[in-house]
Amino acid sequence: MTEPLLSVRDLVVEFPTRRGTLRAIDKVSFDIAEGEVLGMVGESGAGKSITGSAIIGLIEPPGRIAGGEIWLRGHRIDNLPREKLRRIRGKRIGMVFQDPLTSLNPLYTVADQLIETIRTHIDVGEKEARRRAIALLDRVGIPAAARRIDDYPHHFSGGMRQRVVIALALCAEPELVIADEPTTALDVSVQAQIIDVLKEICAERGASVMLITHDMGVIAETADRVAVLYAGRLAEIGPVRDVIKHAEHPYTAGLMGSIPTLTQTSKRLVQIPGSMPRLNAIPPGCAFNPRCEQAFERCRTERPEPLARGGGRQVACWLYDRAEARHD
Amino acid sequence: MAETDPTIDTSQIKPRSRLYRMWDSDIAYSFRTSPVAMLAGLVSVIIIAAAVLAPWLAPYNPYDPGQLNLMDGFTPPMEPNQFTGNVYWLGADNQGRDVFSTILYGARISLFVGFMAVLFAMTLGITLGLIAGWRGGWLDSLLMRVADVQLSFPSILIALLIFGVARGFIPPAYRETMAIWVLIVAIGLSDWVQYARVVRGATMVEKSKEYVQAARVIGSHPVKILVRHILPNVMGPVLVIATIGLALAIIAEATLSFLGVGVPPTQPSLGTLIRIGQGFLFSGEWWILLFPSVTLLALALSVNLLGDWLRDALNPRLR
Amino acid sequence: MTDVLLKVEGLTRYFDVSKPWLNRVIERSEKQFLTATADVSFEIRRGETFALVGESGSGKSTIAKMIVGLLEPSAGRIDFDGQEMNFHSDAAMRTLRRRFQMIFQDPFASLNPRWRVGDIIAEPIRTFGLLRGPAVMREVGRLLDVVGLSASDVGKFPHEFSGGQRQRIAIARALSSRPEFIVCDEPTSALDVSVQAQILNLMRDLQDEFGLTYLLISHDLSVVRHMSNRIGVLYLGRLVEQADGKKLFTEPQHPYSRMLLDAVPDLELSGRRRRQVEGEIPNPINPPPGCAFHPRCPLAFDRCRVELPQPVPTPGGQAACFALKPGG
Repeated sequence: MTEPLLSVRDLVVEFPTRRGTLRAIDKVSFDIAEGEVLGMVGESGAGKSITGSAIIGLIEPPGRIAGGEIWLRGHRIDNLPREKLRRIRGKRIGMVFQDPLTSLNPLYTVADQLIETIRTHIDVGEKEARRRAIALLDRVGIPAAARRIDDYPHHFSGGMRQRVVIALALCAEPELVIADEPTTALDVSVQAQIIDVLKEICAERGASVMLITHDMGVIAETADRVAVLYAGRLAEIGPVRDVIKHAEHPYTAGLMGSIPTLTQTSKRLVQIPGSMPRLNAIPPGCAFNPRCEQAFERCRTERPEPLARGGGRQVACWLYDRAEARHD
Repeated sequence: MAETDPTIDTSQIKPRSRLYRMWDSDIAYSFRTSPVAMLAGLVSVIIIAAAVLAPWLAPYNPYDPGQLNLMDGFTPPMEPNQFTGNVYWLGADNQGRDVFSTILYGARISLFVGFMAVLFAMTLGITLGLIAGWRGGWLDSLLMRVADVQLSFPSILIALLIFGVARGFIPPAYRETMAIWVLIVAIGLSDWVQYARVVRGATMVEKSKEYVQAARVIGSHPVKILVRHILPNVMGPVLVIATIGLALAIIAEATLSFLGVGVPPTQPSLGTLIRIGQGFLFSGEWWILLFPSVTLLALALSVNLLGDWLRDALNPRLR
Repeated sequence: MTDVLLKVEGLTRYFDVSKPWLNRVIERSEKQFLTATADVSFEIRRGETFALVGESGSGKSTIAKMIVGLLEPSAGRIDFDGQEMNFHSDAAMRTLRRRFQMIFQDPFASLNPRWRVGDIIAEPIRTFGLLRGPAVMREVGRLLDVVGLSASDVGKFPHEFSGGQRQRIAIARALSSRPEFIVCDEPTSALDVSVQAQILNLMRDLQDEFGLTYLLISHDLSVVRHMSNRIGVLYLGRLVEQADGKKLFTEPQHPYSRMLLDAVPDLELSGRRRRQVEGEIPNPINPPPGCAFHPRCPLAFDRCRVELPQPVPTPGGQAACFALKPGG
């Protein structure tokens, strides 16, 4: 097997508070292959955004990476000095955030920001950088890019701004793009456009994508594989089709059932009782066990590690442990 | 019917006493872990307690002419008077009053004026701020323009102006007794703008929140919404301004008294004491000026530091 | 008697978005108005759920606020149970107000953080003087039980609860005046999907139990389909289509309704591609002339650019589009 582009091993992120240390990410491991789109889903507080921040080294203090390793193409990046990490960010890892307004500086034109980013990371002249910037804006679907490049961010509508942000994330030709809720702030009719642009342009350039979202629909349309986080732990990871159609972890199954769809016929939605525990009250054993209808003794005492299930799937659930196979 | 939430077992949460909850709150924790706040708090508490308990703590009553002996005038600290042999810890002033006692009584007056002025400014500012923020429109514009105009003058000038005007209206017979109240109103009126502005802004934010809309949907009276819903939610920043405002009011009172327009010399505040003392600085009687000044500085500084700490502790962004 | 509980006729609302007076005089600019809602009419029958869908700027929240009296209509009338709502007359409204309630979008803003849960839920009971003394808290306990919380929660503060639990508290407050009609403004859009399912199920259960009538405001077509009997589709402040719940999804008539349906992500992985939607919602201060949707509409012709289409009957309701033949 070829080396993955990004490899996260046993990542632990902790936030010390005066009432004890909270583990926001607890031993999460996953890989992102070259050119792959990995979706990362979970409820708010499950740790999906913090995982993204950890990879680019932007955990807000006093939070810190307390364990594990992050490898980018065979080089460890979680313990790099800040300056080196800053160079990786932007150059090798691009970022797209939820709110396009916060990722663009309102005081500079789009051209200023694109050209500066290109020239910081790639050794080209001003003219060439501008040419590239216009080509990129054109590619992300901004009409009359050559003229609009000199506009300020507030001249663009929400959807157009997010396109600019995508252009900005991709202008240094990164190997990995981390997109954190890129469509959440947009209207439904615009969401589809943005997802398509992001997916196509990354595919064109061979960039891998880590797509962080709470929206299963976006994942289903975009991702190759999906990782499901629950209370800072990996519940399930695998090819998107398998996970969505045949979820194995009871949490994923419940999550899928709870989403109303346009073709649904039953009157009631499947519902998981209760809510995700707060980080200071994660139960022993499997974090999901109090809400799980299939939980048994072992789930309450012993934490399940992700088990390989074939076809690239892993499920952290004792139901699938051979020793525990009770039926057939 | 809907299931109860199994992840939160309500029976497990023990009811804690009010006292414990206060001790365990984030504010209390922030106080316990901030040495500056603790020190400032300690100094403030000592000075305030000493001022409140002045009639019991002070060795002399400086207001009682019967206890005064002019022979004691200018007694240096910790030295026996050459005529009477009396020893004063912090010396005695020109009239033979014990400086320590005058400081206690002076701080008492300074603090009384400060607290009352802040209370007055706060009440006025909160009321106007709530109304301006809630009603908006021309009333808001009017109140805020008045505030702008007032802010463009130094507040001590405003206080002087108000003080002068008020004295013109009060018959001479009542001037002595009314002076302290005139002072309070003058300082309070010069300081309401801060409260009004902050409360107005916070009210406009809270007004648009959905809990206020929910109260409006059921037809709650605006006054009830303002007092019961919005007021408790805007008090955080008000407390910060009030604390810092207390320090400012004490200084304002001292300034006015120093200028000779404050409380009458028969009931000296810290400012009056400093005014009296500065006349003797160059003739060598330094204690008459120094000790009241140090007390005023310590009081104003520690209250101010408390205010700074409170502002940081209440600011959720810095937590 | 008719079974129409709420009737809205020609409801219109402008917002004055002009610059301050002094700026207008100096810059010689005109007063500017934003039309949030224009000539909207619909009826809600007793016991049904009527949904209003639309993207940002469609005016759906403005309509909700006008119905509950948070905003005054610029024109049009609202009849509740055959009686015209006149929010200027306290006496007339006093009895009416008790009969309708509202559930808000953000459960973190809709509960006063300084109030205890018991007082929050009791507020309508006390305001309307429905009960007195210890009976108030007994009723609050019962309501907490009804929405799936515990009667022992009365003494707690909102911050001790999760988002979903807070929304349950907000629902309990809405129920406490024993209303017949509840306006639900995006009741689940701030919640995670698994919690959304709980709240939607709860809302359905309560509707069955208490015979409630809902006006559901939402941007999420899946939620709307799951919950509603009839649906109104809003675009830039105008109702472009009204239809029975099922019909809108099987036979959308207005091109905008079709576009919205196409934009819903495909969770079934049926391979259906989202159709690319052209453009974004125009600025509501200067909406396009004629049919506001014409710049994005694949069917638009000359007439659409100059004339405002009036609603014509369709198999499932009515739609305002020149491309439709009258009578379907």
